[in-house]
Amino acid sequence: MSDTADRVKKIVVEHLGVEAEKVTPDASFIDDLGADSLDIVELVMAFEEEFGVEIPDDAAEKIATVGDAIKYIDEHKG
Amino acid sequence: MRRVVVTGLGLVTPLGGDVETSWKNLIAGKSGAGTITRFDTTGQKCTIACEVKSPDHEYGFDPDKRVDVKVQRQVDPFIIYGIDAAGQALEDAGLDKMDDALKLRAGCSIGSGIGGLPGIEKESIVLHERGPGRVSPHFVHGRLINLISGQVSIKYGLMGPNHAVVTACSTGAHSIGDAARMIKDDDADIMLAGGAEGTINPLGVAGFAQARALNTSSNDAPEKASRPYDKGRDGFVMGEGAGVVVLEEYEHAKARGAKIYGEVVGYGLSGDAYHVTAPHPDGFGAYRAMEMALKKAGMTPADIDYVNAHGTSTMADTIELGAVRRLFGDAISTMSMSSTKSAIGHLLGGAGAVEAIFCLLAMRDQIVPPTLNLDDPDEGTEGVDLVPHTAKKRSVKAVLNNSFGFGGTNASLVMKQVD
Repeated sequence: MSDTADRVKKIVVEHLGVEAEKVTPDASFIDDLGADSLDIVELVMAFEEEFGVEIPDDAAEKIATVGDAIKYIDEHKG
Repeated sequence: MRRVVVTGLGLVTPLGGDVETSWKNLIAGKSGAGTITRFDTTGQKCTIACEVKSPDHEYGFDPDKRVDVKVQRQVDPFIIYGIDAAGQALEDAGLDKMDDALKLRAGCSIGSGIGGLPGIEKESIVLHERGPGRVSPHFVHGRLINLISGQVSIKYGLMGPNHAVVTACSTGAHSIGDAARMIKDDDADIMLAGGAEGTINPLGVAGFAQARALNTSSNDAPEKASRPYDKGRDGFVMGEGAGVVVLEEYEHAKARGAKIYGEVVGYGLSGDAYHVTAPHPDGFGAYRAMEMALKKAGMTPADIDYVNAHGTSTMADTIELGAVRRLFGDAISTMSMSSTKSAIGHLLGGAGAVEAIFCLLAMRDQIVPPTLNLDDPDEGTEGVDLVPHTAKKRSVKAVLNNSFGFGGTNASLVMKQVD
């Protein structure tokens, strides 16, 4: 797993209080990890903080899975 | 008339993360006070408090037992304490798994005096230093006072009345009194009722210290700082935690063979209409709250065995005692009255509910908890058993619990054993 993936996974585990094994690239934040829309806002803020990227609202709305988040961050981080 | 009894108890206090630990330590005369560990107290006039202890402490509180880790991250401490105490109370009553019909008849009235001050403080700094885009999306609903009732109703599926009292340090007592009325009025058969507080944070401590309400002379001797009725008292010690009871309609409780701690028979409320922080010097409001509670109970002062005083370790202690003396007359010589704030500090919005639970346990175990540090009783305390230093075994069939708050709000509860 890439460095980005490891760090994303750690944030997701911390914020959603889920077991690390469940945080796979295919896992949907809402359907598989029990997040609600506010949890996603919080996660996006944590990703921005951790990776120094800006994730605008329209991009954040398209992030549905852990893999979506990793992909977006890898494409945009400096 | 529908009668209301207590069938479950839950406590998170500076003396324990559950009912029995808190009670055992209280009766043993332990103090929950210490130097503040939560934050750097540099520059604070008051550096002591009665903190809820961490899980590794001998009588610590483990939030992981009943509060989802995700919820813990999103909400202020008072909500965590409240959810846990409510869960304890439901488990104690055997009601943590209700069927849907009963859930429709079960509600929540768990309040707080101040609410999420630590979170408000923290997010204000985030807003100021890093801008609005960094404020947590959970900021609002993680700080709101009614969110104990909200969270508890969601966790346990309680679909009856969902309410939260905010009357400063009378909150816990008003919550129980109001919820008992909801059962009497047939709005519900079961109500979780109580209060919680968690404001041992820089802004909370500084605010109360600036209002000249806190003890600031005993920073070197925290366990000696809360000394109700003692000549040397000079302000309260802040506590934190929660108390929640299960109130249940009597026939309902009897039909399911529930354990009954006592009956809520009287509730009195009044306003001082005098000053924002100081009580009326004649204790007129306190007198009327107690008088009303006794009248509703159809009892006289001579029926009361134990009074859990508001007794915060301030000048107001003797004002309350003066009101008790006028109301009780000769009956003052046969009852015992103590302030458990001497041991756990002042739990503000949680105080009335926590102290109501101590009253119920006093009836269960026929023992009254002590007033710690009462070395040199103040003038005006003569002829009253204030239970100095050590707990006392005695007959306890009926109790009176007083709570008074900023704004001049007063609440008294009378509870008695069920035959």
